Amino acid sequence: MTARVGVVTFPGSLDDKDAARAVALAGAEPVSLWHDDADLKGVDAVVLPGGFSYGDYLRCGAIARFAPLMSELVPAARSGALPVLGICNGFQILCESHLLPGALTRNSSLRFVNRPQLLRVESSATAWTGDYTEGQEILVVLKSGEGSYVADEETLDRIEAEGRVVVRYAGSDPNGSRRGIAGVTNEHGNVVGLMPHPEHAVEALTGPSTDGLGFFTSVLAHMAKAPAGV
Amino acid sequence: MSEVPRLDTVAVAQSSPDTPQPYAELGMAKDEYERVREILGRRPTSAELAIYSVMWSEHCSYKSSKVHLRQFGEKAPENDALLVGMGENAGVVDVGDGRAVTFKIESHNHPSYVEPHQGAATGVGGIVRDILTMGARPVAVMDALRFGPADAEDTKRVLPGVVSGISFYGNCLGLPNIGGEIGFGEGYLGNPLVNALCIGVMRHEDIKLAQAPGPGNKVVLFGSATGPDGIGGASVLASASFDDESHAKRPSVQVGDPFMEKLLIECSLELFEKDMVVGIQDLGAAGVSCATTELAAGGTGGMRIQLNKVPLRDPRLTPEEILMSESQERMMAIVEPSKMADFLAVCEKWQVLATEIGEVTDVTPEEAERGGRLVMTWHGETVVDMPPRTASDEGPVYERPYSRPAAQDALQADDAAALPRPQGDAELREQLLRVLGAPGVGDPSWVVQQYDSYVRGDTVVSAPHDSGMIRIADDSHRGVALSTDGNGRFTRLDPYTGTQLAYAEAYRNVAATGARPLAVTNCLNFGSPEDPGVMWQFAEATRGLADACQKLGTPVTGGNVSFYNQTGDVAINPTPVIGVLGVIDDVRTRLKSAFDTDGARVFLLGETRPEFGGSAWADTVHGHLGGLPPEVDLTAEAALGEVLAGAAERGLAAAAHDLSDGGLGVALAESALHGGRGIRVAVSGDAFTSLFSESAARAIVAVRPGEENAFLALATDHGVPVEEIGTVGGDALVVEHPSGAVEIPLEELREAYESTLPALMSGV
Repeated sequence: MTARVGVVTFPGSLDDKDAARAVALAGAEPVSLWHDDADLKGVDAVVLPGGFSYGDYLRCGAIARFAPLMSELVPAARSGALPVLGICNGFQILCESHLLPGALTRNSSLRFVNRPQLLRVESSATAWTGDYTEGQEILVVLKSGEGSYVADEETLDRIEAEGRVVVRYAGSDPNGSRRGIAGVTNEHGNVVGLMPHPEHAVEALTGPSTDGLGFFTSVLAHMAKAPAGV
Repeated sequence: MSEVPRLDTVAVAQSSPDTPQPYAELGMAKDEYERVREILGRRPTSAELAIYSVMWSEHCSYKSSKVHLRQFGEKAPENDALLVGMGENAGVVDVGDGRAVTFKIESHNHPSYVEPHQGAATGVGGIVRDILTMGARPVAVMDALRFGPADAEDTKRVLPGVVSGISFYGNCLGLPNIGGEIGFGEGYLGNPLVNALCIGVMRHEDIKLAQAPGPGNKVVLFGSATGPDGIGGASVLASASFDDESHAKRPSVQVGDPFMEKLLIECSLELFEKDMVVGIQDLGAAGVSCATTELAAGGTGGMRIQLNKVPLRDPRLTPEEILMSESQERMMAIVEPSKMADFLAVCEKWQVLATEIGEVTDVTPEEAERGGRLVMTWHGETVVDMPPRTASDEGPVYERPYSRPAAQDALQADDAAALPRPQGDAELREQLLRVLGAPGVGDPSWVVQQYDSYVRGDTVVSAPHDSGMIRIADDSHRGVALSTDGNGRFTRLDPYTGTQLAYAEAYRNVAATGARPLAVTNCLNFGSPEDPGVMWQFAEATRGLADACQKLGTPVTGGNVSFYNQTGDVAINPTPVIGVLGVIDDVRTRLKSAFDTDGARVFLLGETRPEFGGSAWADTVHGHLGGLPPEVDLTAEAALGEVLAGAAERGLAAAAHDLSDGGLGVALAESALHGGRGIRVAVSGDAFTSLFSESAARAIVAVRPGEENAFLALATDHGVPVEEIGTVGGDALVVEHPSGAVEIPLEELREAYESTLPALMSGV
């Protein structure tokens, strides 16, 4: 049976169409989830896409955290059962929801940055990165204004020690993230958040590469091994 | 300033015919005011005066440009693809498979000088709503920008502000920015140009028009509440509250909320899809005045509005101010009564405020004859009772006097061919690097890296390549390509030819990415129409564009005019920005300008003549503007376009790049840098002319190995001069010529190309 992967649309979500396309290209069925319905529709995994949910008012992701859908998503994610991938604004929402440590702040350049971005995969032991090898460099897209990852030193030391840094920026620093961290995971490895956009690197025609597809195929392989129950 | 009664009703106006009115402060001429009195058979109420003053403004009525713009219709080529022509919010063209594309470019120049960030942001917002109003999903934006000299102090205020405004608004809407252009020049210092373009896609049957048919249908205002922003002259009318300090300090530049616009887009598209509106209009310049008069004039002619129902951000707003407010993110829809509940439910879903403010009414034959009847009340009292068509369609039309400036002859006689040329290879090399690094030629990454080019996942080609190209549907490989171009230096030297050159460049850019040009939009940026010399430039420019479009079969579908781009008596170089839209059957065949195929042979298409007037070389090296611009040969452009699009379609080309600013030298350098490989060429003629001439109708092509003969045959079949000049490979640009050679390593080229804007903007 085809895996069903939910893609959440908040008011102001922008890359939901792209995330759904990536899910389909990976071979799963994308399922639209609406922020205002506390209903995960029985999906096997969820993508929180990029964008400017609620206009980024107050703080990026701060309002989306309180959406009715999140009341269903957060417990399922926290328990380790539901694989969740947060991309860009989705990463910000996961941090605001305390599913992931740290926070995202304004780029050190103070400008929005849109460019192809080289990443180094630091951990393949998550639900979303099993198809990569550790140390592998992948080319995806970075496009964000508030993408600088910050956390206190103790937290940074801890997530490094626990192998929870998932991807790191390779090459020149794009936004001032602490220790070059581009994405992290939770203690179970089912929740992954990253600032760059793997869903924009799934077709040679429109992306800088097809390296991003691995996130979406990884979760299918992960579910095949350990079927998730929601 | 005379005292106007607090609420100036129609009854008050009738009983006080001699009350002086501030028409001049609102920018109306005396004879225009007299004409309003004649239409109404009495003096206008202050609310009516507000409506006529904004609707008859240059910006809304095109009163100075209309007589010239008519040529675009009169000379329009036969073209079956044109589904909606000029006059609507935007033109619509058929692109095949039952799909249509709408596109338009519009200026937001003056607000962007006053407040660069918000001015540019709301420029994007306005053009996106124009496209949405046609029933289309907006899918991409572009922008054409001009600033003062790159090293001028004020440019460091204006440029970053404009770019951040476009970035902020466009990125938050989820619209990829797929290209555009940026230029610098003395005249733009106090008059920056911000021309924003939007493209939308729809099915043929989804086209919406600004009309209000069906008496009894409801008039609904939806989107943001109305505030005091962008009111400008209305405070003159609100003289009764002049003692209120807050009114005097209102901003004349609107403030944008892209999040609300994003909701408005999704909400409107759902309303369209569910067939819940019979007519739709966005609120841009002239706000409620424009939307009500245009919708009414496009329908029965009758409409009744309760102005006091308009939701307000500031409850103190007067009827006049509500009519003139340019608050952003608002739309007006005409809805059948039976669909009102469902309409409101969709708005509720998207958290968009929607308010019924009136209804469509019937008119008597006599009223229809007069131009319909629009009635507006304020808490039950009638403040407007006028024929809407007289405001929307029957504004003044001026035949402004125009004459060729006396100085034009001297300007054209100052031939750039007489300028000192580089002596020897060292100087040739140095000048090539200087031109490559000129702010208007060099790498635009500092700007375009602030724009999201990937969102929606359909961007096939974007900056810095020759056009922006997007795939238009998930179930098809069809795509559209767009390029905007304009060269104020060429247009200054010869407005007719210069405008045709801008058109030709955009046409060539579209073809160089593998698409076939189909239709045209334009944004005509000029100085004051009251200056006969400027008006001559305008007349020549419009004639040039109309003639060119007629000749190459690409209709003008719409556009925008921006006058008064001048400081004191000094106008900007006339800058018509021409946007050409093309169609490509299969986006997988598209070409980029990156020459990245090692061993590919490089061909030069077209004829190179010693043409330097208005060139990037003359400007950068000598600070010179004089002589004549390059010749235009539209037949040659069309043939070149066929060769480029044909070579893409048949898979003969690996990459292609048009020749424009800077000529062959710059084009080779860009293609080498974008491809990350060197290029070695040998030119047969004089090295200086070969590298720096800006002759039109030329391009370079990297041909797929093995397809050289087929490519040569294609060019020959179309009568396009073709010359094999070299090979892709190595790590330097090498140009051999009859008396020597110039060699520049890629790293040195890159440094010259990429460092200019970041250095100028560092610390901003």
